[in-house]
Amino acid sequence: MEFFERFAVPHPSPAIYASMVAIALTSIAIVAGLTYFKKWGYLWREWLTTVDHKKIGIMYMISALLMLFRGGADVLMMRAQTAVPENTLLDAQHYNEIFTTHGVVMIIFMAMAFIIALMNFVIPLQIGARDVAFPRLNALSFWLYFMGAMLLNISFVIGGSPSSGWTSYFPLAGNELSQSVGTNYYMLSLQISGLGTLITGINFIVTILKMRAPGMTLMKMPMFSWAGLITNVIIVFAFPVLTVALAMGTMDRLFATNFFTTTNGGMDMLWANLFWVWGHPEVYILILPAFGIYSEIIPTFSRRNLYGYNTMVISMVVISLLSFLVWVHHFFTMGQGALVNSIFSITTMAIAVPTGIKIFNWLFTMWKGKIQFTVPMLYSLGFIPIFTIGGVTGVMLGMASADYQYHNTMFLVAHFHLVIIPGVVFAMLAGLTYWWPKMFGFMLNERIGKWAFWFIAGGTCLAFFPMFISGLDGQARRMYTYSEATGFGIWNMLSFIGAIGLAIGFILIVYNIYYSTRYASRDIGDDPWDARSLEWATHNPVPEYNFAITPQVNSRQAFWDAKKNGHKLFKGGYKEIHMPNNSGVPFIMAVFFFIFGFGFVFSMWITVIASLIGIIACLIHRSFEKDHGYHISAEELEKSEVELRGAK
Amino acid sequence: MNIDKTQPLEYSTEQGRLNILGFWIFIGAEVMLFATLFASYFTLVDRTGNGPSGSEIFEITPVLIETLVLLTSSFTIGLGVHAMRIGNKKAMMSFFAITLVLGAAFLGVEIYEFVHYVHVGAGLQVSAFTSILLTTLGTHGLHVTFGLFWGIMILMQVKKRGLTPQTANKSFIFSLYWHFLDVVWIFIFSFVYLKGMM
Ligand code: HEM
Ligand SMILES: [Cu+2]
Repeated sequence: MEFFERFAVPHPSPAIYASMVAIALTSIAIVAGLTYFKKWGYLWREWLTTVDHKKIGIMYMISALLMLFRGGADVLMMRAQTAVPENTLLDAQHYNEIFTTHGVVMIIFMAMAFIIALMNFVIPLQIGARDVAFPRLNALSFWLYFMGAMLLNISFVIGGSPSSGWTSYFPLAGNELSQSVGTNYYMLSLQISGLGTLITGINFIVTILKMRAPGMTLMKMPMFSWAGLITNVIIVFAFPVLTVALAMGTMDRLFATNFFTTTNGGMDMLWANLFWVWGHPEVYILILPAFGIYSEIIPTFSRRNLYGYNTMVISMVVISLLSFLVWVHHFFTMGQGALVNSIFSITTMAIAVPTGIKIFNWLFTMWKGKIQFTVPMLYSLGFIPIFTIGGVTGVMLGMASADYQYHNTMFLVAHFHLVIIPGVVFAMLAGLTYWWPKMFGFMLNERIGKWAFWFIAGGTCLAFFPMFISGLDGQARRMYTYSEATGFGIWNMLSFIGAIGLAIGFILIVYNIYYSTRYASRDIGDDPWDARSLEWATHNPVPEYNFAITPQVNSRQAFWDAKKNGHKLFKGGYKEIHMPNNSGVPFIMAVFFFIFGFGFVFSMWITVIASLIGIIACLIHRSFEKDHGYHISAEELEKSEVELRGAK
Repeated sequence: MNIDKTQPLEYSTEQGRLNILGFWIFIGAEVMLFATLFASYFTLVDRTGNGPSGSEIFEITPVLIETLVLLTSSFTIGLGVHAMRIGNKKAMMSFFAITLVLGAAFLGVEIYEFVHYVHVGAGLQVSAFTSILLTTLGTHGLHVTFGLFWGIMILMQVKKRGLTPQTANKSFIFSLYWHFLDVVWIFIFSFVYLKGMM
């Protein structure tokens, strides 16, 4: 009995029981379906063991979309709860759990996964490489991320979710105030997926620095790859800080150490500092790839070269440096004195300068361009005004003295959503639509896509603009209900309607995927958008070896110049290609990590040790393995190329 | 496989070169990891609660032994890599083995040191200071432990397969790791122990 008590949900409700049933039914359905259609072998061979960056990218993307819906379900519950005053749909504890998991899922498991999805799929193609530098590690990265995400998601039905906010501030997150295992889940799931992210960072820096096509100097590299390079550098420097903070937090909770306690010398502000030394750069880890995507899409659909390539690169470098120097703006009101606050206030506002330069570069690119209003372009156009509003309110928050007024109100919530949603979510949806034909060989339907865009853009505005007002009126963040007399009711009702608009938009996107999969034409050629960079020089969908012949680059717009100015991309005949073998080890090792995390959450040390032995066994296996991959001969290559071209 | 004969063995393949660059970047991440630990250490060093302070518990002898042993091991692994470059497998293996023995000795002394701390009432849970002290030292110690097992794996492979581009690459990367641990220790020695005993 005691055994079951440990896994019991501390604060159960019908929603949780319903989720349990739903999870059980879905799992049974998946297992039964796979067995019935005899797809286990296919799943294992083609996906679970794959080391192909394109398939890994697609798996990241599917996971990110799933997590978007998980985080979105949280949103609907939160907004429904606050839509009218004194609502009793949720109680305080559930509201806390929901905004916490919403934040974690959206930032770590949705947005991060989405940017890594597109980096995985696009960057090797864009730089003319066959794969990433370490394909096996890439698979491991994905599976670690995936297992981390699953670990957080089961917290809802086993043992309880974290409830101290996605920032998990101590002492709130300490044992005394967070008694369920929820925060343990938080610490371990972030730790495991963070490890995967760090490995991705290393992998992509090496890939971009060392595996570019001949002739592609750094200053001839497409902007999305540049953004990827800088993002991964930030990852490598920021994530170890999170690793340490999480390890300390875990130890405080499970081994009674005194890092963040308020007795025996512990210091809760240390957590806040460490968290945001990672957390603020994290924001730029999310936004820079998005900037990269817009810098690909805007020139393509304005039919002009990107304006100010050099300043685009420089501004990204400057942003990446500044991103490490502003973290204190997250706690101006927590007592570090005027001088420190002033310094961080100034560095914060300084970031607006390089960001503004980028905005103007995009505007100048469109200036005199022949704009085509495709779905990816609509997102890019919608991004600019909404993001600017989010950014300007950020500068307002960056003024330390003024922040005492808006701190922890809905004003802040409006600000960060209005940068994050157009900045990350719009960019990802734009990138998804833009590169979809590369991934799957057909286009998404433009009409449905445009409907989805208008619902999402309109929903974003309606959901978040009212929060500026209620925030300035004093509605606090993370407050689960309020009284009639405050007058917040109307604004929150508008937000709720906006949230529903967003939900409709996202459902339309899923419907679009379904619809286009069934009905879209497969006869679209290799370059349906008439685009500019190298990934469009190979087939749709991309063959496993990416490029039959390694491309030769001698300008920034290599593929465009190949089309317009007769620059020859592919010289010479087919040569044998070396490919890496698939491997089940990354998946198996990540499963051990999952068991390790689960054991740790519940202090089941035998489980922890057993899974640790499993992890070590995988490492040893890998170390001794002799794996030379396989070769695709020149004849096979020629045959498959002829087929691919014939199919058009 | 393309083997470039003009390069040392560990750099002679494309994948080998990628591995080495990747490892340097990994060391960059490790630098951040230890920098975060040091920053936390300096933040918490005077927050001793009811527990002892550094100067009350540090003992110079074991620390000097540890430092000596680890510095020597960094030297011997350098000799090992040198032997590897001139293709002397036996000497290379001997130097690597000596390195690992020294690493084990270091670890032995460190374990003694930890037992001593717990004994004098400076266990992990006593105060913020002891928590961060033992965590910082422990993280370094865990790295050394991991290195010992890793080194053994590599020695077994060199013994079985000889000095191939792959085994040479692994050995070289391992030597980078080992030197890095030594550098971290020098920081620990100076800023934790020497400063703490002053
Ligand atoms: C799509 C991308 C989104 C991301 C990345 C995101 C991210 C976040 C984050 C990080 C938090 C902070 C959680 C906390 O304070 O502990 C948060 C809170 C919140 N988000 Fe979102 N969110 C997204 C979408 C939405 C949408 C569409 C809505 C509603 C229309 C929404 C409504 C909220 C609300 C109400 C809170 C709670 C504020 C509070 O009381 O603390 N979010 N979100
Ligand atoms: Cu920030």
